[in-house]
Amino acid sequence: MAKRLDLKDVDIYYGDFHAVAGVNLSVAPRSVTSFIGPSGCGKSTVLRTLNRMHEEIPGARVEGEVLLDGEDIYNRSSDAVAVRKTIGMVFQRPNPFPTMSIRDNVVAGLKLSGVRDKKKLDEVCEASLRGANLWKEVSGRLDKPGGGLSGGQQQRLCIARAIAVAPDVLLMDEPCSALDPISTLAIEDLIADLKKEYTIVIVTHNMQQAARVSDQTAFFNLEATGKPGKLVEIDDTEKIFSNPTEQATEDYISGRFG
Amino acid sequence: MTERTTEQAPSRSSQDENSAAGSSTIDTVTEPDPARGRSHGSPIQGRGERIFRGLTSGSGLLVVAAVAAIGLFLLVQAVPSLLANNANFFTSPVFDTRDAANLNFGIRDLLVVTLLSSLFALAIAMPISLGIALFLTQYTPKRVSRPFAYIIDLLAAVPSIIYGLWGIAVLAPALLPIATWLSTNLGWFFLFAPGNLPVLTGTIFTGGVVLAVMILPIITAVTREVFSQTPRFHIEAAQALGATRWEVIRMAVLPYGRSGYIAGSMLGLGRALGETIAVLIVIRAATTPSGFSLFDGGYTFASLIASAASEFSQPLPTGAYIAAGLVLFVLTFVVNAIARVVAGGKVNG
Repeated sequence: MAKRLDLKDVDIYYGDFHAVAGVNLSVAPRSVTSFIGPSGCGKSTVLRTLNRMHEEIPGARVEGEVLLDGEDIYNRSSDAVAVRKTIGMVFQRPNPFPTMSIRDNVVAGLKLSGVRDKKKLDEVCEASLRGANLWKEVSGRLDKPGGGLSGGQQQRLCIARAIAVAPDVLLMDEPCSALDPISTLAIEDLIADLKKEYTIVIVTHNMQQAARVSDQTAFFNLEATGKPGKLVEIDDTEKIFSNPTEQATEDYISGRFG
Repeated sequence: MTERTTEQAPSRSSQDENSAAGSSTIDTVTEPDPARGRSHGSPIQGRGERIFRGLTSGSGLLVVAAVAAIGLFLLVQAVPSLLANNANFFTSPVFDTRDAANLNFGIRDLLVVTLLSSLFALAIAMPISLGIALFLTQYTPKRVSRPFAYIIDLLAAVPSIIYGLWGIAVLAPALLPIATWLSTNLGWFFLFAPGNLPVLTGTIFTGGVVLAVMILPIITAVTREVFSQTPRFHIEAAQALGATRWEVIRMAVLPYGRSGYIAGSMLGLGRALGETIAVLIVIRAATTPSGFSLFDGGYTFASLIASAASEFSQPLPTGAYIAAGLVLFVLTFVVNAIARVVAGGKVNG
């Protein structure tokens, strides 16, 4: 649980298109790292290489190393399915399985791993829903479909589903961009809680959010359309937002472009 | 009307002032010019709107009227014959209309043969279609699946007379070993019990297989379409949990496409129930009543009516066939209704 993540000279390609070039960064266990940058700069692409979700796009490939506690998730002995079982992901749009009950949604990952013991499943279900700050709202209707919840609740349900398998790392791809401010606040509070147990990487378009939730911030940018995206700067969040090293970062966070 | 517009006018202008202070772009978008709206836009728009609404609701009503008219026609034509019928319409296995003064007709066997052949066809076609649809949408890249899908669609374009010829000339002999095996080894089960035909070719079994091939492309086309529309974010939800290809299908694709699959199958069943010429060619006529075996022969509603079509000269015997047609008509309605209930309100999750 809560492992360290290191990227070494990571290059990402879609067919012939060089999407992201030369990313080096490290994420400490039990910390929150946020990826910010203009649209198309490759921050979501980098996030998706961290659990090999990008492989679902035909022609996508990665060069370099993505190390989870020193072990390359791209080495031959591990396949994408196994990697995703230990690196959870929460998406931009809440995506509970609409016809599954709330309980089945939460334990879906465990069931995939072959856990059948009903008592164990119920325990994990409750613990995960409590962990996602959703237990009080749904404890009376665990058998109702997950599609019936509000957007903010659905997103917390997805977080519960992701943490139910006790992942090494939790990835979040703009988890609040489809939510109202109150639900967003609930998710941000939750991230602060989850940080105690999980390694979290979050992509966000909202710089205030990055400043509020993360310990370290990575700024991605691309020089021009068609050029690969690059990691411009990664540092403590406080430093990035007060006194960044690079001029491009300064320009971006002060709203001069992007 | 005029009073209201004059009342509104000042309030509008005050709104204009307010919004002009804020943003000029917003007020040009939200404020229609009231004068222009009255003099040109609204009457023309209103008339066009009325004409268009009339056309659309007219077309809609036409369909309902046509269906009702068909039902009514069948009923009106059938009633005199039903009243003159000397046999029980629902339980008699004979269909004898040679003597207009002494009609003896019942639909028992027609119903049995029709349902048995169609449901057998459905039982074969449903799993195969599901497999093809999953293969084309989940396991093959678009580049491969598209031409493949065209070929399957082509199956639907083959005229049914060709299926009939193929069924009796090629398929029936080819199925004979299987039919013989089923009959000798599973003969104790009513579906494979010895039938009312002297041979094992040209049975409901043969006809059902032909019908299965005929409805396969319909079910596949609908199912494939629905599966291919499974939202990406449902699929990603399963993938991100570490689901394998098959698990993604089970967790995301099947729940989403279930109702479409059922709807497609019912569409196929509808075609099988009404299929005429292929069935007429493939399934042999029998002289004794059907015993619910797949190795029976006989007529379906459609094939019986088609076989007698050349003799529709007297109104009373003709009415007997129309009565049979009416039952088929109702049967397809029932199938559709069941499909809707099964697919339920859960259309596409």
